[in-house]
Amino acid sequence: MAEQSTATPDRKPAATIGDERLAHQSPIQRLMARPALGAFAGVVLVFAFFGATAGNTGMFAADGMMSWATVSAQLMIVAIGAALLMIGGEFDLSVGSMIGFAGMMMALPTVYFGWPVELSVLFAFAGALGIGFLNGLITVRTGLPSFIVTLASLYILRGLTIALSVLFSNRTIVSGVKEAAGDSFVTWLFAGTVGNSFFVWLAGNNLIDRLPNGEPIVNGIPMVIVWALALAIAAHIILTKTRVGNWIFGAGGDANAARNVGVPVNRVKISLFMFTAFCATVYAACQVFEFGSAASDRGLLKEFEAIIAAVIGGCLLTGGYGSIIGAMFGALIFGVVQQGILYTGVPNDWFRVFLGTMLLVAVLFNNMIRRRVTAER
Amino acid sequence: MRQEDKHVKTGIIRRALLAAALTLPLVGFATTASAEGERFVFVSHAPDSDSWWNTIKNALKNAEKDLGVKVEYRNPSTGDIADMARIIEQATASNPTGIISTIADYGVLEGPLKAALAKGIPVLTVNSGTAEESKKIGALMHIGQPEYDAGKGAGERAKEAGVTKFVCVNHYITNTASVERCQGYADALGVKLGSQMLDSGQDPTEVYNRVKAYLTANPDTDGILTLGPNSADPVIKLLRDTSSAQKYKSFITFDLDSDISQAIKDGIMDAAIDQQPYLQGYLPVVLLTQHARYGVMPANNINTGPGFVTKANIELVEKLAGEYR
Repeated sequence: MAEQSTATPDRKPAATIGDERLAHQSPIQRLMARPALGAFAGVVLVFAFFGATAGNTGMFAADGMMSWATVSAQLMIVAIGAALLMIGGEFDLSVGSMIGFAGMMMALPTVYFGWPVELSVLFAFAGALGIGFLNGLITVRTGLPSFIVTLASLYILRGLTIALSVLFSNRTIVSGVKEAAGDSFVTWLFAGTVGNSFFVWLAGNNLIDRLPNGEPIVNGIPMVIVWALALAIAAHIILTKTRVGNWIFGAGGDANAARNVGVPVNRVKISLFMFTAFCATVYAACQVFEFGSAASDRGLLKEFEAIIAAVIGGCLLTGGYGSIIGAMFGALIFGVVQQGILYTGVPNDWFRVFLGTMLLVAVLFNNMIRRRVTAER
Repeated sequence: MRQEDKHVKTGIIRRALLAAALTLPLVGFATTASAEGERFVFVSHAPDSDSWWNTIKNALKNAEKDLGVKVEYRNPSTGDIADMARIIEQATASNPTGIISTIADYGVLEGPLKAALAKGIPVLTVNSGTAEESKKIGALMHIGQPEYDAGKGAGERAKEAGVTKFVCVNHYITNTASVERCQGYADALGVKLGSQMLDSGQDPTEVYNRVKAYLTANPDTDGILTLGPNSADPVIKLLRDTSSAQKYKSFITFDLDSDISQAIKDGIMDAAIDQQPYLQGYLPVVLLTQHARYGVMPANNINTGPGFVTKANIELVEKLAGEYR
């Protein structure tokens, strides 16, 4: 609840003498105290690093930027869900498996049962929300750590994805979704692009490169980026400007205290599990409709990447503290480091060593900045 | 208060210096990337845990040295093909002289590879995928082993040996090509694949115990097909531990390593299907380099396999297994 408490400064002219109970805070200090600040510093560090080491390799050309922006946006979608849930005091380890399973729930009915693609997508979202509900219900009813409950879902969902795809199609990759979907609006909604004419204009004025056939090198902003931003804005408003947001902080901070003041903690937590599942399904839909297929290994280990992004962004593992903007910066750091390292030409055998080192440096830096400006938290 | 502030400040400076020191080694690598000469990116679908690709990495290193070019090997760490598509997009953005890629899933990789071609970057496909898929993408050529045919070849050998029920140990069930191999084997025997394909996982202990459980539950199994060292090595160990090798009329594997060649010498394994991965790493770099320098390119695809390694020709192969064979 750190963000609200600082949001009501005393602006009466009489304050020249001052109310001794109120510490003076400049707007800059207030800005600095936000949980996302450390992550923002991390982003600056990461861009400075790649600007120096990979500045002329195409990483900051239009198509290079779109490449790391897409990867970051993808991760952002699941990181937003993970961040809200972590602030609410729980984990969801089934995010990665849910991505694979939701994709299968879209592809199998479309390709093998001949359902209209719109119906399959609705079915997948309904199914995912149902599974999210179950995850939440089991967690709040049994009082078991959500870590364990969703670990079970991780295996069950991954197993179902493999078993069902082999059962119905005898293979583990179900392709042909693009053909079946045709020019349905669903394809555009998840895998289309926006702003095409803007990029044509940019290319026309030689602001970005053109392909040999004359088309601009980037022909629009992929919908996955639009989804990431839309989800982020919605989640940020809910978390910081509404009563539900206060409930989330309360449920994650101290569930008993929150219950005593009348917060419907169980309902909040179950809804958050459903929201994570929703985010995973959006991720899956973007992938299925971009690539035209669902595969049983989609989303492997994405649950950890989502949690890592949330933590880099300042969410506490213990719950009750964090922000959506921070999680977005966290996802951006992860995406940029992951793709950017490839531009620096680091030999593949060492790739993961450097990925880990870069992430550690970004997090240390982020942590240091946060401690410095919030004077310990 | 002031005193403390100062203390904090020096602490921060010290930590910032540490951070800088940690990132410094990266800068050294960065400069090599922008050196003169051709630069190729080789993108595979293999997860980090798949040791078979070491031969290809060695081939790439040799090609780099022999030709004076630079080759970067890239793979998705979990084997997720959607991640592989992102790597190809990234490679395209970095403007290499050429891209070498497997076609682990045509539907997913078609778009990114075509985008690379549209940007004027030559693409050559290797390993997984068919010649038709390669042609549809517009790649210069395909260098690999037709998977279904290779599986069928193994199945024909098994049929000669009298196999009726088999297990296909699939350590990479999410790859279409791996299912094709099992399917080809089943078709050659003239039986349905059904539940005879076992999803073994990648971890050696898991493979060992799942195969053990399967063979116990299906005692009338008389043929074994493994799809690579990751599934073959644990099965070899299992047959050694239980000394039950004689029970199986045919035990064939895809690919080679030192355990497999020892098993062939000892008569535990009948044959290994060699797709000569060294060539799949070395040849595309050679061809793309010559293409970049002199504009030449062979008109046909190259099949590097299937070749069968048996007790008869194992001596030749054995010394180099796991490194160049």
